[in-house]
Amino acid sequence: MTFWRNQKIRGWLYQFAALLLVALCVAVLADNTLENMRTRGIQSGFGFLSQPAGFDISESLFGFESTQPYWQAFLTGLGNTLKVALIGIILTTILGVLLGVGRFSQNILIRGLCLTYVEIFRNIPLLLQLLMWYLVCVEWLPTAREAEPFLGIYLTKAGLALPWFGDVPVKAGFGIKGGVTLSPEFFALLLGLTIYTASYIAEIVRSGIASVPRGQLEAALSLGLSRAQTMRLIQLPQALRVIIPPLTNQYLNLTKNSSLAVAVGYPELVSIANTSINQTGRAVECIAVIMAVYLTLSLLTSVLMNAYNRRAAIKER
Amino acid sequence: MLNNTRIRQLAGVALCLTAVALPAHAGKTLDTIKSRGELVCGVNVALAGFSAADSEGKWSGLDVDYCKALAAAILSDANKVKYVPLNAQQRFTALQSGEIDILSRNTTWTLTRDASLGANFVGTIYYDGQGFMVKKELKIASAKELNGATVCTQSGTTTEKNLTDYARANKLDIKPLVFEKNEAATGAYHSGRCEAYTTDASGLAAERTIAKNPDEHLILPEIISKEPLGPLVRRGDDEFFAISKWVLNALIEGEEYGLTQANLDEKKTSDDPNIQRILGTAEDMGTLLGLDKEWAYRALKATGNYGEIFERNVGKNSPLKLERGLNKLWNQGGILYAPPIR
Repeated sequence: MTFWRNQKIRGWLYQFAALLLVALCVAVLADNTLENMRTRGIQSGFGFLSQPAGFDISESLFGFESTQPYWQAFLTGLGNTLKVALIGIILTTILGVLLGVGRFSQNILIRGLCLTYVEIFRNIPLLLQLLMWYLVCVEWLPTAREAEPFLGIYLTKAGLALPWFGDVPVKAGFGIKGGVTLSPEFFALLLGLTIYTASYIAEIVRSGIASVPRGQLEAALSLGLSRAQTMRLIQLPQALRVIIPPLTNQYLNLTKNSSLAVAVGYPELVSIANTSINQTGRAVECIAVIMAVYLTLSLLTSVLMNAYNRRAAIKER
Repeated sequence: MLNNTRIRQLAGVALCLTAVALPAHAGKTLDTIKSRGELVCGVNVALAGFSAADSEGKWSGLDVDYCKALAAAILSDANKVKYVPLNAQQRFTALQSGEIDILSRNTTWTLTRDASLGANFVGTIYYDGQGFMVKKELKIASAKELNGATVCTQSGTTTEKNLTDYARANKLDIKPLVFEKNEAATGAYHSGRCEAYTTDASGLAAERTIAKNPDEHLILPEIISKEPLGPLVRRGDDEFFAISKWVLNALIEGEEYGLTQANLDEKKTSDDPNIQRILGTAEDMGTLLGLDKEWAYRALKATGNYGEIFERNVGKNSPLKLERGLNKLWNQGGILYAPPIR
């Protein structure tokens, strides 16, 4: 038998041809773009990343000076993205699971409240919710000058200032100095992302639990387990394998949705990239950076969640 | 599965650059405009005095009037303009991709933009500078007192860098709070999240006129940067570049020689050779530009001279009441100086 008649080898050849075709298309597109940009006098390249950024960033995890280069500005933005995404994922999971489980409560009030929550927050666009939370933060809170501390804590338009290992926040000039501060931008974004995503997670959890055969519930109850025990020990563990794959999607969505932060002035990756695009004119490059970062984050989340899914899946022996 | 408008928008911009860049040259801009019968002009979404649409969708403002004058010179009709409202981040891509013919959107002329965007600045239509607005209740009289303050501004502009430069030079600790939309930045300022709002002085004046109570706000005396605002055209079409440049010059020269919308027709019989050249009653200057004799006449007839445009949109006949300042003619104490039409 000649080798091209071999099914396996032919399969590989087709795959290879397809890959080659895609690579060729990408190469032609990239080359054409670069060529056209060159003829139009639009400068390109990633050299700008090592130039000093020249702009300040209102909040950062490890401090940022305007003299630091662009790539560090991008890192600072990425840090802010990760900060809100990680905390958001943890909070939204807790809230979402509680709401989802609440849908099976014996208490009609709890059931109704959970349903109302899901229907309200799932159906209002996220951007509107973000703007609403931001408005709540900056309109209703007092300014730093008027504020009085409560147990050393300040909650003002300038954010939430907490004492941190003896470093107590005090009023100074226009704002508040010392302690740790959570800005209203961060707070509004975190609140918006958490509450919005939780409504989706609640539905995922509800459908997961509903997928567990009713016999399991009845069997557990007849063994004398309480309702809570049944949920915790019997229903939820079996529901996990249905819950985890769509849950991964919601985690990815939350991370990507954090880019809506530009609307409320939180300096995450996209916001920093916007500023960089304007200052350097390198639109294609900056967008490539954004795409690469989000792709990496998404793939990483997928890998982790898939690993967890394998652990939660039913072991067939 | 990009579930996100922001990223989608940006990716769209990138795709446009790639996709629209496919045809090597779409022919000369002038021919395109003539065959289309319309000038496509990129303007600000809403900046009182510079470009803003009224309730009937009619555009007006300093930047808009320039587009009208240009359309009048090329197409003999100032109304044959299609206005494309652009935000700060979209503007250059829209020009690069050919979506618009000219960008007349209060854009600061800087080296980076001139050298790396594939665009050419036509000239300066308004000499501006960045300033600060604060609430009077803060009892601040100078920008030097802004130490520790949070300052709201819009992204996609030159203001962020100026602000940082100014803070560093004066050893001030200023926190910039950057919003994508100008309305969000001013909203945060009005709500008290920021102590100050910064943009070009003309923009501050415009913002103050539409504030709920204009008297509560103070524009600080410091001007911290040079912001020469002007229109841009794509590189690689010198003919259209020249036309854009000279229409602007004609508006300024028109003021210098006292040509107004009202007296234009009687000035046609003037003996002054300068006026004759501008109005095309003697030598034909327009043909050199690829236009006809009466190009400047039509431009001036459509919008009036630079002084009239200024006073109508941002000056004493407008709610903004801006001083001419640097934007006076060179022989009246300003720095507005157009090369001669001859």
